[in-house]
Amino acid sequence: MSLPVVDYLKLPEGGDPYLEGYKCKDCDSIFLGERNVCSKCFARGTLSAIKLSNTGKLYSYSIVFRSFPGIEVPYISAIVDLDGGGTVKGNLIDCDPDPEKIDFDMPVEVVFDDALGRKDKDGNSYISYFFRPIS
Amino acid sequence: MSDVYVLGVDMIKFGRFPERTVPDLGAEAALLALDDAGLNIGNMEAFYCGNLGQANAMVGQRILQEIGQTGIPVVNCSNACATGATAFREAWTSIKAGLYDVVLAVGVEQMGTGLLGGAGGGAGIPKEGLLGSGTMPAVFAEAGMEHSREYGTTFEQFAKISVKNHHHSTMNPKARYQIETPLEEVMNAEMISYPNTKLMCSVNVDGAAAAVLVSEKKAKELGMQRAVRVKASVMTSDPYQERDLVMPDVNSCTRKAAAEAYEMAGLDANDIDLVELHDCFATAEMLHYENLGLCSDGEAGRLIDEGEVELGGRIPVNVSGGLLSKGHPLGATGIANIYEVCTHLRGEAGERQVENARIGMTHVIGLGSACGIHILEKV
Repeated sequence: MSLPVVDYLKLPEGGDPYLEGYKCKDCDSIFLGERNVCSKCFARGTLSAIKLSNTGKLYSYSIVFRSFPGIEVPYISAIVDLDGGGTVKGNLIDCDPDPEKIDFDMPVEVVFDDALGRKDKDGNSYISYFFRPIS
Repeated sequence: MSDVYVLGVDMIKFGRFPERTVPDLGAEAALLALDDAGLNIGNMEAFYCGNLGQANAMVGQRILQEIGQTGIPVVNCSNACATGATAFREAWTSIKAGLYDVVLAVGVEQMGTGLLGGAGGGAGIPKEGLLGSGTMPAVFAEAGMEHSREYGTTFEQFAKISVKNHHHSTMNPKARYQIETPLEEVMNAEMISYPNTKLMCSVNVDGAAAAVLVSEKKAKELGMQRAVRVKASVMTSDPYQERDLVMPDVNSCTRKAAAEAYEMAGLDANDIDLVELHDCFATAEMLHYENLGLCSDGEAGRLIDEGEVELGGRIPVNVSGGLLSKGHPLGATGIANIYEVCTHLRGEAGERQVENARIGMTHVIGLGSACGIHILEKV
């Protein structure tokens, strides 16, 4: 069985994977990952888990041509504003790594797949999330 | 409260010194600054030392072991790339508080090679190249592309910043490099993280810089001829922004610090004659023209296109060569830029002298984030 690559990626039994946010009921801020205090309005005990959208828009990006040894390049490091709130960073796939082909605000979907074959020291495989253009 | 003055300040020529140690580099800078002030370590009442790479290894005390163990309080601090500015500001704070009249601040770093940063550590599998990139060139590229998104800023405009700073460094003998890099060379250099090519990334170097800060009383006693007044010293962290968790924010902390610094100094951006700002990447410098109020929002591209930020322009930026060519020894940078501005205010900057410089600003960002701004004034 595969593990989630980050704790805000949820793999419910018998359900579809999704990204989880925590939303403050006082100020509506949305955070990735569980937390106790809202860093915007300082309220305590106002945060609860929500399911984040599987669609969004490209906010910003870089095309990475040099990374650490063993990491395949180029890839697009993308910052995506999800529909309904929450901002997530990840790889934009199925898109040419060419600034001419990448538009700000282009609609993308969040897809879940094996984490590029990466395994931990115990041999576990992982599920990650990726962004893919919606044509 | 007493005004605070820089009485002595200096830096070593930045470079690669693998045969030397961090305390050794820091000691050299400390002695240079003490000589510049006409003082010795026996006159210092406290010492604030900035270093990142050996933050748990008592670098300040080891410097004193090389230049004189006087028993004064030593505080070692680390605050990412704002480390040097933090050490300087702590020294300033201690004089402002009336605790001391003469204080030493040193920033020092020995750097490794290659990319800094990297996405997501912790348990499991490596996240770099899987959940985007956390390398510094990519993080600052994404920050720059946010500016492109808003204002249509181009790759070429970002590249021109690197051309400018490399040109400035040809006049700075203490910079790591003194090499012109024409626009085509910058744009055709190895692409690291679009739009930052290799020549648009700061240089990893070893370096050290130091300053002797004194109270007004002490400055008057020792002689004001070469003293520089600290008009403002400000530090901020990053106020909440909605994309913080995936997009480290260098803008809001800089805007907040700039507003507070101008207020503290009783000045505005039009009063500033030169700026040394945190050009860790060419994309970063573009953002800070607007963040520091050197132009209105959306005007940064025009500023570089029209040469306003070059030596001889309306508001010269990074005449030292900046982090892009002078080099970026993380913990030393925040004092090295104070050295640069003081050198201009003293009229001692030689070929790169900003004419009639009376007031200068220094700015650093430690990603995560910390922003340090100082405004300095010729006495």
